[in-house]
Amino acid sequence: MRRLLPHPWLTLALALIWLLLANSTAPGQIVLGLALGWAIALFSRRFWPEPVRLHRPLALLRFISVALYDILTANLAVARLIIGRPERLRPAFVWVPLALTSDLAISLLASTICLTPGTVSARLTLDRQYLLVHALDVADADQLAAIIKARYETPLREIFEPC
Amino acid sequence: MVDVLLSLLILIGAGFTFLGSLGLARLPDFYTRLHGPTKATTLGVGSLLIASALYFSAHGPGLSLHEVLVTLFLFITAPVSAQMLAKVALHLNLHSVAPPTGDPPPVAHAGKAREQGPPDHPPMPVYPQSPE
Amino acid sequence: MLSIVIPIAFALVAAAFALSCWRLLAGPSAPDRILALDTLYINAIALLVLLGIHRASTLYFEAALLIALTGFVSTVALGKFLLRGDIIE
Repeated sequence: MRRLLPHPWLTLALALIWLLLANSTAPGQIVLGLALGWAIALFSRRFWPEPVRLHRPLALLRFISVALYDILTANLAVARLIIGRPERLRPAFVWVPLALTSDLAISLLASTICLTPGTVSARLTLDRQYLLVHALDVADADQLAAIIKARYETPLREIFEPC
Repeated sequence: MVDVLLSLLILIGAGFTFLGSLGLARLPDFYTRLHGPTKATTLGVGSLLIASALYFSAHGPGLSLHEVLVTLFLFITAPVSAQMLAKVALHLNLHSVAPPTGDPPPVAHAGKAREQGPPDHPPMPVYPQSPE
Repeated sequence: MLSIVIPIAFALVAAAFALSCWRLLAGPSAPDRILALDTLYINAIALLVLLGIHRASTLYFEAALLIALTGFVSTVALGKFLLRGDIIE
């Protein structure tokens, strides 16, 4: 099972992407999409050394909806900052300590930070203990780090890393 | 009804696309400029694409969802290119209006040992420094 | 309704193009120019999608998808070149 279907989630995602690309849900396309997803996952398995394991799929859905909501509000905030006076911005670099260990979780956290509250993640230290984040307008750096940890890191940790 | 929603989405999309480029044009340094395109433009194009999906679903032969694919792709790739560019800017030591940060604080818990990969580039002064 | 909104949207996207082009020409640093190019790609996607709605044609979608793909790859390639002086090691 493990050898024949190394990455079930990848296969499913590729099949879904194929259906979107073909823009149809005909049974033939579904079969073709699943076949492609299976074959691509099988032939590219060297690129995915650790299989992805979702421990709490429902928490993932909740995380996605929180992130989407934050993307909307963050965009309004960034729009206000762009229209406002540039001299009044308070940009800052903030080190965020990481509790995550898996590569996938860290990259998801970095991407979420990039899309949300006026922050761009810029650099990860080599030992993966800290993420350097650039924020557009920050009043309190420690508070920003705490918000990122509570809002994004904790759910990601629950989803991808069992304790 | 669909037309009102469609017009709203198109206006929001075009507005955010414009705002992203405005941010790119008028913010003071590279790190702040990075915020405009990664956030506003991504959301703007995303909502234009959703408007397009809605339009072709309402006026076309059936449900049209392939625009979602481009939206998804943009939402996945925008952070990656933003991070890449931020890393490049730190590597080149571009001037930043933000106060410089030093090295990260010392590691608080040593129990999280993890094998280190090869260094991804030779050690360089990577944190933005204040202008000379 | 749409016939009023679409020209406004075209004007906004055109203004976005102009601003990004200005940043592309003004620089001042290489990452700034790469960022401006990346923004231009995304603006081009916006323009194509608008054109698709305007002409009621789905033909432009594939072009938008291709621009998204090549835009991302070229941004990463340029960034990588600046980061390491080489694209493929």
